[in-house]
Amino acid sequence: MTTSLPHWFSARQEAAKARFASTPAPKRGDETWRFSNLKQLDFDGFQRSADFSPPAADLIARSTGLEKTAAKFIFANDTLIHSESSVPSGVICLPLAEALVSYSELVEKHFMKQETRLGSAKFAAWHEAMVSNGLFVHVGDNLEVEGAIEVHHWISGANTVIFPHTLVVTGKSSKVRVIDIFRSAEELEPGLAIAFNDLSAGPNSQLDYVAIQALNEVTRIIQINETSTARDASAKGFILNTGASWARNECLSRLEGPGSRSDMLSVSIPAREQEYDQRTFQHHVSEGAYSDLLYKNSLYDNAKTIFSGLIFVDEGAHHTDAYQTCRNLLMSDSCEANSMPGLEINADQVKCSHGSTSSQIHDEEIFYLQARGIDPVCARQLIARGFSVEVVERLNDEPVEELVLRFIDDKFAHIAGGGA
Amino acid sequence: MSYEPTTAILDEETHEAINIDRTKGDFTFPERHKFDAGRGLSSKTVDYICDVKNDPQWVRDFRHKALKVFLDKPMPTNWATKDLENINFDEIRYYLSDGEKPKRSWDDVPPEVLETFERLGIPEQERAFLAGVEAQYDSEAAYSNMKEELTKQGVIFVNSTEGLKEYEQIFRPWFGKVIPTSDNKFSALNSAVFSGGSFIYIPKGVKLKQPLQAYFRINSESFGQFERTLIIADEGAEVMYMEGCTAPKFETATLHSAVVELVALKGAKIQYVTVQNWSSNVFNLVTKRGLAMEDAEVRWIDCNIGSRLTMKYPGVIMKGERARGEVISIALANTGQHQDTGAKMIHAANNTTSNVVSKSISVGEGRSTYRGQVHIPRHLKGCKNNTECDALLINSHSRTDTYPAITVRGNQHATQHEASVSQVSEDMLFYMQQRGLNEGQAMSLAVNGFINDLVREFPMEYSVELKRLIDLEMEGSVG
Repeated sequence: MTTSLPHWFSARQEAAKARFASTPAPKRGDETWRFSNLKQLDFDGFQRSADFSPPAADLIARSTGLEKTAAKFIFANDTLIHSESSVPSGVICLPLAEALVSYSELVEKHFMKQETRLGSAKFAAWHEAMVSNGLFVHVGDNLEVEGAIEVHHWISGANTVIFPHTLVVTGKSSKVRVIDIFRSAEELEPGLAIAFNDLSAGPNSQLDYVAIQALNEVTRIIQINETSTARDASAKGFILNTGASWARNECLSRLEGPGSRSDMLSVSIPAREQEYDQRTFQHHVSEGAYSDLLYKNSLYDNAKTIFSGLIFVDEGAHHTDAYQTCRNLLMSDSCEANSMPGLEINADQVKCSHGSTSSQIHDEEIFYLQARGIDPVCARQLIARGFSVEVVERLNDEPVEELVLRFIDDKFAHIAGGGA
Repeated sequence: MSYEPTTAILDEETHEAINIDRTKGDFTFPERHKFDAGRGLSSKTVDYICDVKNDPQWVRDFRHKALKVFLDKPMPTNWATKDLENINFDEIRYYLSDGEKPKRSWDDVPPEVLETFERLGIPEQERAFLAGVEAQYDSEAAYSNMKEELTKQGVIFVNSTEGLKEYEQIFRPWFGKVIPTSDNKFSALNSAVFSGGSFIYIPKGVKLKQPLQAYFRINSESFGQFERTLIIADEGAEVMYMEGCTAPKFETATLHSAVVELVALKGAKIQYVTVQNWSSNVFNLVTKRGLAMEDAEVRWIDCNIGSRLTMKYPGVIMKGERARGEVISIALANTGQHQDTGAKMIHAANNTTSNVVSKSISVGEGRSTYRGQVHIPRHLKGCKNNTECDALLINSHSRTDTYPAITVRGNQHATQHEASVSQVSEDMLFYMQQRGLNEGQAMSLAVNGFINDLVREFPMEYSVELKRLIDLEMEGSVG
């Protein structure tokens, strides 16, 4: 396959390899890694592996998602093991390896165009140097994809690293929804994912992206998202974190056209020793754009979360509306929540706000539910679930919401006391 | 918008305010120094200062150690503004004084120094409402006096040199303990070359009804002022301390780098009020921190209007149960200014509460920044923090940033942080103009409305002054 890869791509991979080698690793004192546990960045001994132990048929059977999909792809260790697609003509929906050959120019135009500025430049370079597969979606003008495109990424075998890539481009007044699901084939094998998703929403289009991260609790993941929105476009990015021992999310939204909108949503439910480290950037390049971020964390046991968000309004990006909210629900007396909600405003006629709260469930709330005949354990479960549901509802698509809630409920079932 | 236009009538006071001389602090007298440490900083400079001040050996050792820390520490430009690199430490003069002891009476103060402080209104304020005043001119205090009955009650209000010599047994145990030398590069610099500033001790149960005031004046060009203040309020004591500062506008940059340590013992209450109005060539890099023991309260009430670059993040370490910390902050950044202010709240005991309210206004090409840190460790319970920061942008090139960091461990705490950015709406200005105000007056009124609830936290005399200053800064900012 390597032989048929376009020249530009090989050249980019070579250059990225050099950049990966020359970029220094994050160190203490780096603002983008403040509060982070840099020990998590030791990736020695991780290797790619084309082999995976469970039979492909098993993994395919376990890849349950939506009942009906527009397309479905299943990768195990970056190898495509299943694909089905019923997207309308005019929509390109292919594994990245295939798209690189058949739509080389189109991929080149959109492939990893933005600079990674939230701390993981080195790992983005690593991803670029190593990426071999993933998803490429290109929706032509005025086309709508019914239902969602669903992609499953499995990691199998000890010390395996995968580099999944998702590139979605929407044309004028089009609409599409893509779901990535990251899981481990085995419960106890440590793995690593260096994932990248690149979302480019064309004028007046609607692009929704959902990432569900439910890896096993000895696996680590770095997930880098880059979103850009053209005039009147709307992009919605949602991340669910229930798995992994350590997850780092970097989400960057560039609002490039007036009237464009970016919704950045996340639900994280870390328990035991899990650590989630999330960095976001709402970059208002154009005037008259809207961005809204809502991140909610429910922390159990010794879990630790870091949220660092920045709203950045360029000079001249007047009439910007930008909002940022991070809320932490503290469910144990040994969890730790760090929040750094930031603003940098260089324009005028701007409406910006950010808020961050950290709190536990109040006794009065429990009492209220108890007074209605609900026992305290159940009451706490209800409140914790409701806390996350508020974000999930923003997806505004019932089957997808149900899918996300399935993973959330599964997580609660694996927390002592059922998430109470 | 977080405020409502209240009365749309321009009162007498505001009229007067708009008409005052805006160059109040911008004058200078010829230098008349007996002692001058020269330009640049080395261990010789430190020795020179020690010799002139006749420091005890422990202070000399302390200074030399601090100098080494200062030289070893990098500039914090990994997070702070690159403008710091424009400070030329070799050009600065670290110690200037006429070798005179602070006078107890204004009559004994040298005429030009007296005139300086007369023009700034200090003796007048002292008569009107202050319990004591210390007036610092370049490196040393020129005047220091306190009402007699306070001396009888055991209150100590002297400059830091006198404090460390005459009251070593009270001074030394706390000196450099709230802010260790190595806290940051500028606290180390101050520790190496400090001179002036106040030492205050309020005995058990003594509650000062009137505030104590310190006024810091820079008169000489390329000068660095490094005052050091230590305030100790013993159990159940209460004190309000106010500081003001001005400097003439020189061609070259001036450095002001103070260290202020507050210690509020059990049940004590310290309020520290600052109205910073340095001229726009001053780098104002200040470290301020208070320690609050059981049931004690430390409040920082801070207003930054002047300076080229201010970096100041007053902090409170709440070390005893039920201690309270508060920072109330107003910043106004005009063209050529960067007000980088904030707050640090370190919860170190159960049921401690802290509150931060910060409001900033950016005018012209001014830039204001809020940086905050709230830390609640794992083993505690019942800690609460509330942080609010609001920014107002006046012109299209004005800039504002907010960088809070909140760490909460455990589930028995509550924190909330909120920030908003807004501007004075066209409608509001139009409304006021309809009622006969010109655009500038309308803008002034709107801005005063924005900060009004915080201005009220300042002592009466200051809040009037503050409103004036803000009106002045706002003049000509629209249209």
